[in-house]
Amino acid sequence: MVKLQVNGQTQSFDGDPSMPLLWYLRDELGLTGTKYGCGVALCGACTVHVDGEAARACITAVSDVSGRSVTTIEGLDTNGNHPVQRAWRALNVPQCGYCQAGQIMQAAALLTTNKNPSEDEINSAMSGNICRCGCYQRITAAIKAAATGA
Amino acid sequence: MTLAHAVIENVSRRGFLKGVLATGSLVIAAKLVPARAEAAGYATGAEKMPHGVRSDPHLFVSIAPDGIVTIVAIRSEMGTGSRTSLPMIVADELEADWSRVRVVQAPGDEEKYGNQDTDGSRSLRHHIQPMRQCGAAARQMLETAAAKRWGVDPGEVRAQNHEVVHKASGRKLGYGELAADASALPTPPADQIKLKDPAAFRYIGKGTTPIVDLFDITTGRATYGVDAKLPGMKYAVVARPPVFGGKVVSFDASAAMKVPGVEKVVTIEGTPAPAKFQPLGGVAVIARNTWAAIKGREALNPTWDDGPNGSYDSAAFKAQIEETARRPGKVVRNDGDAEKALASAAKVVSAEYYIPHSAHATMEPPSATVRIADGKCEAWACVQSPGNTREELAKKLGLKEEDVTVHVTLLGGGFGRKSKCDFVLEAAVLSKAMNGAPVKVIWTREDDLQNAYYHTVSAERIDAGLDANGKVIAWRHRSVAPTILSIFKPDQTHEAPFELGMGLVDVPFDIPNLRCENGEAEAHTRIGWFRSVYNIPHGFAVQSFVAELAKATERDPKAVLLELIGPPRIVDPRKSPEVADFWNYGDPFETYPIDTARLRRVVELVAEKADWGRKLPARHGLGIAVHRSFLTYVATVVEAVVDDKGHLTVPRVDTAIDCGFAANPERIRSQIEGAAVMGMSLALYGEISFKKGRVEQSNDDSYRVLRIDESPPVTDVHIVPNGIDVPSSGVGEPGLPPFAPALCNAIFAATGKRIRRLPIGDQLAA
Repeated sequence: MVKLQVNGQTQSFDGDPSMPLLWYLRDELGLTGTKYGCGVALCGACTVHVDGEAARACITAVSDVSGRSVTTIEGLDTNGNHPVQRAWRALNVPQCGYCQAGQIMQAAALLTTNKNPSEDEINSAMSGNICRCGCYQRITAAIKAAATGA
Repeated sequence: MTLAHAVIENVSRRGFLKGVLATGSLVIAAKLVPARAEAAGYATGAEKMPHGVRSDPHLFVSIAPDGIVTIVAIRSEMGTGSRTSLPMIVADELEADWSRVRVVQAPGDEEKYGNQDTDGSRSLRHHIQPMRQCGAAARQMLETAAAKRWGVDPGEVRAQNHEVVHKASGRKLGYGELAADASALPTPPADQIKLKDPAAFRYIGKGTTPIVDLFDITTGRATYGVDAKLPGMKYAVVARPPVFGGKVVSFDASAAMKVPGVEKVVTIEGTPAPAKFQPLGGVAVIARNTWAAIKGREALNPTWDDGPNGSYDSAAFKAQIEETARRPGKVVRNDGDAEKALASAAKVVSAEYYIPHSAHATMEPPSATVRIADGKCEAWACVQSPGNTREELAKKLGLKEEDVTVHVTLLGGGFGRKSKCDFVLEAAVLSKAMNGAPVKVIWTREDDLQNAYYHTVSAERIDAGLDANGKVIAWRHRSVAPTILSIFKPDQTHEAPFELGMGLVDVPFDIPNLRCENGEAEAHTRIGWFRSVYNIPHGFAVQSFVAELAKATERDPKAVLLELIGPPRIVDPRKSPEVADFWNYGDPFETYPIDTARLRRVVELVAEKADWGRKLPARHGLGIAVHRSFLTYVATVVEAVVDDKGHLTVPRVDTAIDCGFAANPERIRSQIEGAAVMGMSLALYGEISFKKGRVEQSNDDSYRVLRIDESPPVTDVHIVPNGIDVPSSGVGEPGLPPFAPALCNAIFAATGKRIRRLPIGDQLAA
């Protein structure tokens, strides 16, 4: 039995403890905002926060997060108004939108540790998150906007 | 689900209002009025698409008593913005307040909604007129209803921002208050519909309307194909033959069944080629969750009979098609006498280009959920072609189409992959095997890359003859590439007219002796549409070769490009000898001619914006390319930097686009920005290769997609301003073809190294 916090709620799971957190969130808890993209931590679509730090849910076993606190895109902000989410909307970042939950979670984690990242720091922090539509130019601009409150 | 949504689903195909009143919400219109060409400003190919096009507000608009306007979106949203832009056009003509508009997605039903294929960069260009008519008709009905209520002449009232106003008396009625009366009126005939003066547009052409799913996307609430949730739903992954056309010989079902959570192992029959959109076949593992299904599949240990494509080797095939391109092929355009002119030319310049297979690699791999109950099938799927999906599902399950419902989710990328419903048919077969229980089929990234419908592979050879002054007097372009027709018909070895028309026979150059040939090539895997399709190889060859001609004559590439395009005129390939069934993207040539004035304009515009000819530091270079595709003119200038180790960066991209009237400039910008990133992905990394019939790439490490730190930090998009009388043309695809040649021309300018084979890979390594 694994016990963990997901978006502030205590959950327990008695299934396969090696199940990736990604599939646990999606299939068992119905939290489908966290996306599958590659399954091997190459694309970042499944990015969540574990104790506030960005983590790839596809290679994180449920047992790895026992007793820890997981935040998904659904729990980033109660009203969906985290500064990163607001900036994403203000700059019309998404095209298809599929990777954006992972991008937003990664960007939010970056801004927690670095309040005003440079372009190089943004590139470095975000280079694990793929966007096939090619929204990168706007992602960079949105992170800058979220950082400065613009 | 909103009340209004429920109403739309309940409206019968014949459009009677019976039963609708009881719900408290009203659907406007009384009888169906088809979109008519004569009422439109210009003719398009929309009516010739399967099931044609509709514009009747009855189908698209409903207004609830509280004034909420619900508009039906009939195109799939895969990132282009069509799910927003089409309803936005209706809302503008309806004079609706966008904040009181809701958009609902139509299920696949082409008899009702007309053609729903979201492909070919057609959504906006085929619907700007019908959607304007739709909104305007609804507005007029509201005005007529208000005039009747007040006993005044309809000419005295005016719809304005969600209400109808009688200026003389100052009376006003909201749309919600008028919906009941309006719905009882006949839809105005097409020739009596008065479209808005474009000066009065609120949303059309402004680029200020965010996409309707923006909040849901940023909060994780948006629902894609892979996100369907149904009670009792099972999860399936499929072990498919690693070689196209292969069959399973043996597998260990019992090992898979031992994995906790696995419920069933099911064989899916493949279909012999040409298999169109039928599943590849294989062995499915159905489980209580995705992880168990994946673990179960790992335990299957299948063996395969590879079949006739087991020897497919893309390196050998490259040599083969390159050799084919060195010999005469089937003549598909023949102006003047290119052979004679080449023989007598003062100088001949020749070059060969190669473009490999590539895969769409949509961020969301294919996924679908199907449930079968009481003789009815329901599917939830990320499909670009819900109408065709419905048809194929009905056939597969032996049901009538009316007993099949295809719910269209958001698409996590499409790029042509999701025009093929093989993955939905898999889910249907598996649901049937589970006695109709809902089954979700999930494709892993490996499945997606190794069992795709691949972009064609191509060898292109161009020979040009120059006179003593360096002027091009002869042009012979040979293209050799397996055809998409190969998935539909046996023994297809030549490019089809719709492929030849994508940048080969429509080359808009002012050269008296111009010959295009197409050599034979067999398909050894599934070939499918990929964003901008055959424009990719044709455009790469033509636009790279122009810069090669500039080098051969020591001239400025832009000057040579403009010289080849020649004076402003209409180029009509239908008048050229040997051009058969010229493909103008399915639209009338008279509406969308090949206009070299517009081609020249985008070249001049992009050159001006990019400051073409500016002094650059060492190892920097500018490259230019232009290409007309999907009836739109796009020119791109890329600045490339190649350092002394051969590392490539692109600090800036400028793109000029003339897509006729720009209905939603903000989404045009985003498409073009994205095209630069995808274009660079393909140019730098995009290759699917085959050994022993098997794809050698498996995930994002071996089939790389551009990342943020490699991406051009700036893509400036310059939209040629056009009035609404200039027919809107495609946007989703045309940004891609000029990118790779512009990049390779820039690399040449920076380094003197000419890239003729994509991907670039390590060709720049010092």
